[in-house]
Amino acid sequence: MEKLLEVEGLKTEFKRDGGNVMAVAGLDFHINSGEVLGLVGESGCGKSVTSLSIMQLLKGTPGRNAGGSVKFKGTDLLRLSDKEMRRVRGKDLAMIFQEPMTSLNPVLRIGKQLEEPIRLHMGYNKAKAREHAIHMLKLVGIPRAEGVMNDYPHQLSGGMRQRVMIAMAMSCHPQLLIADEPTTALDVTIQAQILDLMKRLKEERSMGMLLITHDLGVVAEMCDRVVVMYAGRVVEEAPVKELFENPQHPYTQGLIRSVPKLRQKVRRLESIPGNVPDLSRMPAGCKFAPRCPHVMPQCLTAEPELLAASGDASRKSRCWLTQETELKGGTGA
Amino acid sequence: MGLLKRPLFFSKEVSSLGRYALQRLLGVIPLLFVVSVLVFMFIHLIPGDPARLVAGKDATLEEINGIREQLGLNDPLWRQYIDYMGNLFKGDLGNSIRSGLPVSDMLASRFMPTIWLTIFSMVWAVIIGVLIGIISAVKRNRWPDHVGMITAISGISVPGFWLGLVLIQVFSVQLGWFPTGGVDSWSSYVLPSLTLGAGIMSMLARFSRTSMLESMREDYIRTGRAKGLHEFVVVGRHALRNSLIQVVTVAGLQFGFLLGGSVMVETVFSIPGLGRLLVDSIAFRDYTVIQAELLLFATEFILINLVVDLLYGVLNPKIRFDSN
Repeated sequence: MEKLLEVEGLKTEFKRDGGNVMAVAGLDFHINSGEVLGLVGESGCGKSVTSLSIMQLLKGTPGRNAGGSVKFKGTDLLRLSDKEMRRVRGKDLAMIFQEPMTSLNPVLRIGKQLEEPIRLHMGYNKAKAREHAIHMLKLVGIPRAEGVMNDYPHQLSGGMRQRVMIAMAMSCHPQLLIADEPTTALDVTIQAQILDLMKRLKEERSMGMLLITHDLGVVAEMCDRVVVMYAGRVVEEAPVKELFENPQHPYTQGLIRSVPKLRQKVRRLESIPGNVPDLSRMPAGCKFAPRCPHVMPQCLTAEPELLAASGDASRKSRCWLTQETELKGGTGA
Repeated sequence: MGLLKRPLFFSKEVSSLGRYALQRLLGVIPLLFVVSVLVFMFIHLIPGDPARLVAGKDATLEEINGIREQLGLNDPLWRQYIDYMGNLFKGDLGNSIRSGLPVSDMLASRFMPTIWLTIFSMVWAVIIGVLIGIISAVKRNRWPDHVGMITAISGISVPGFWLGLVLIQVFSVQLGWFPTGGVDSWSSYVLPSLTLGAGIMSMLARFSRTSMLESMREDYIRTGRAKGLHEFVVVGRHALRNSLIQVVTVAGLQFGFLLGGSVMVETVFSIPGLGRLLVDSIAFRDYTVIQAELLLFATEFILINLVVDLLYGVLNPKIRFDSN
C-alpha cells in the first residue's frame, strides 16, 4: 500500500523560561492512503503539537520544528518554503480542530469563510465558489444550506459549526485530513453524528485521515491502525483490533483498563496512577517507568527502542518487558 | 423578530442593521432632552447676574430690572427653558452678552475651523496609528515593534504646545513650507493637525497593537492559516476586523473631544475655533455663548457615540443580532 504520509524522527521544541523542552521527541509513524490512523494519548503527550508540526502551524506558538522529516507523497514538508507550504495546506492536507465554537471567525459570514479556500486553491470565481460551498454544506448534512451561507457563526450550534469546519476542510478534496479531537467539545449524540459523517466522507473520497483523540471509543469506531503516544514518543503501534485484544505496552494496557465497561460490575473506575512527566524533568530511562506497574531496574536507566514484534511487522512496542520475552524466547529456541 | 420573517425587499442583513440603527437613533432623543435640561440648569446655578453684566457697571437698578424683564429672567425656570428651546429650533440662540452679536453667527464662524482641524487630525492619526499597531503586533518583539512603540511613547509624552512650537520653528520659520498660523488656506491646517493628532495616533497605535495581539491568538487565525491563506490575508481580513471594534471605541471618544476644540492648538496656531471661544466666553461670563457651546458639544458627543454604536453593529454581527 502506498504511504501517504511518513513521519520520521519528528522533533518539536518549545521555548520555555530556563531552556527549551522537547514536546515531540523523535516521532515515527506513517499513514497509508485511504487509511485512518488514530493518534492516542493523554492530554499533554504531544498529540496536538504533532498535528501542528505536520501542518507547520506552529507560528504563533512558542514551538518550532527541531528535526526529522514529514514526507507527504515523498515530499518533505519541513523543507518546503512558506509559499509552497501554503499551496499544500487546505488543499492536499486539511485540518479540523477541537473547538468548533472558536475556530470560525465570528465577524465573517459562513459563506465567505467557506469560499476562501475554494477560491484560493481551485481558482473558482465568486459564483462558482459559492455554488461549490453550498454543495459542500449539503454534503455534510446541513439543512437550508443557502441560508446558512449568510449566517454568522454565533447563529449556529456547536455541531453545525463542526459540520461547517468539515465542509471547509473537505472543500478542496484533500488527500489527508488531520482531525484534532474533532468531537471532544460536542455532546454525545452530536459526536456520533459527526463521526458517522467523517467516516462516510472518508470512504466516499478514499482519503487518508489522522485522527487525534484521547477517546478510545472513538478509536475503536473509526480507526484502522493506532499509534499510542506518551511523553512525546510513540510507545505502541498496532492495528486497532490487535491493540484492544492484546495491548503490549503497560501504558496502553492501563489506558484500555481505564475505560468503563458496560457489562462489568466495578466498584471503582481504574486509572493509571500519577501524571504525565513534566517536559523539563523527564525520567532518564523509560518515560513511563515512574507510573508503570511492571517496572524493572533496567527501565529506570535505559530507554527501550520502538521495535517490531517478531513475525508481525505491523505491531511495535517500546517496552523492555516485551523485548525481554522476545530475547528469552530467542535463546530458548 | 417579526420583521425578520417578513419577506420585505430588505434582505435579512439590511433589516437587522436597519433595526439596530433605528433603535439607537430613538435612544438619542431622550438623551438630548436630558442633556439640554442639565446644561440649562447648570448655567443658571452659576453665581452672578447676567442682567447686571449686560447693563454694565454704571447702570441704575431700573435699567437692570428692565433688562431682566427683557431677557425673560423673571419668568420661572421651566418657562425660560421652553422659550430658549423654542428659539433654538428657530435657529436663535440669543445674543452674546459681551459683543451683542447673535450667538448662532459666532458659533457658525468658529465651527468650521474646528471641524476641519478635527477631521484632518483624526484621519492621519487613525491611519498611521492603526498601521503602527498592526505592524508592531505582527512583528512582535522585533525591531519594527520597538520602533513603533518608541514612536507611540514619544507621541504621548511630548507636550502639544512644545511640539507645535517646534513644528512652527522648523517648517514655517526655517523651511517656510507652511504658514505659522491662521486658517487662510488648506496648508494652514497641516502643522496644527500634526500637533493635535500626535497623541491620538500614539494612543491608537498602542490600542490596536494590544487588540491585534489578542485576535492573533484566536483559534480562527489558525483556521485561516490551515486553509493555506497568505499571512497578509490572515492579518488583514481575519485579525484586523476583530480588533477594529476596540479601535473604534477609542477613536470615537477622541473624535468627540477634538470637536470641542483644542484651546492649546488653537492658541499656538492662532486658529479661530470653538475651544478659544469657550475659554474667552468663560472669562467674560458670556452665559449665552457658554450655554450654546455646551449644548453643541453635548450634541456632538451624543452623535459621535451614535456613530460608534452603529459601527459596532457593522463590525460585530453579534451585537446587531443580540439587540434585536
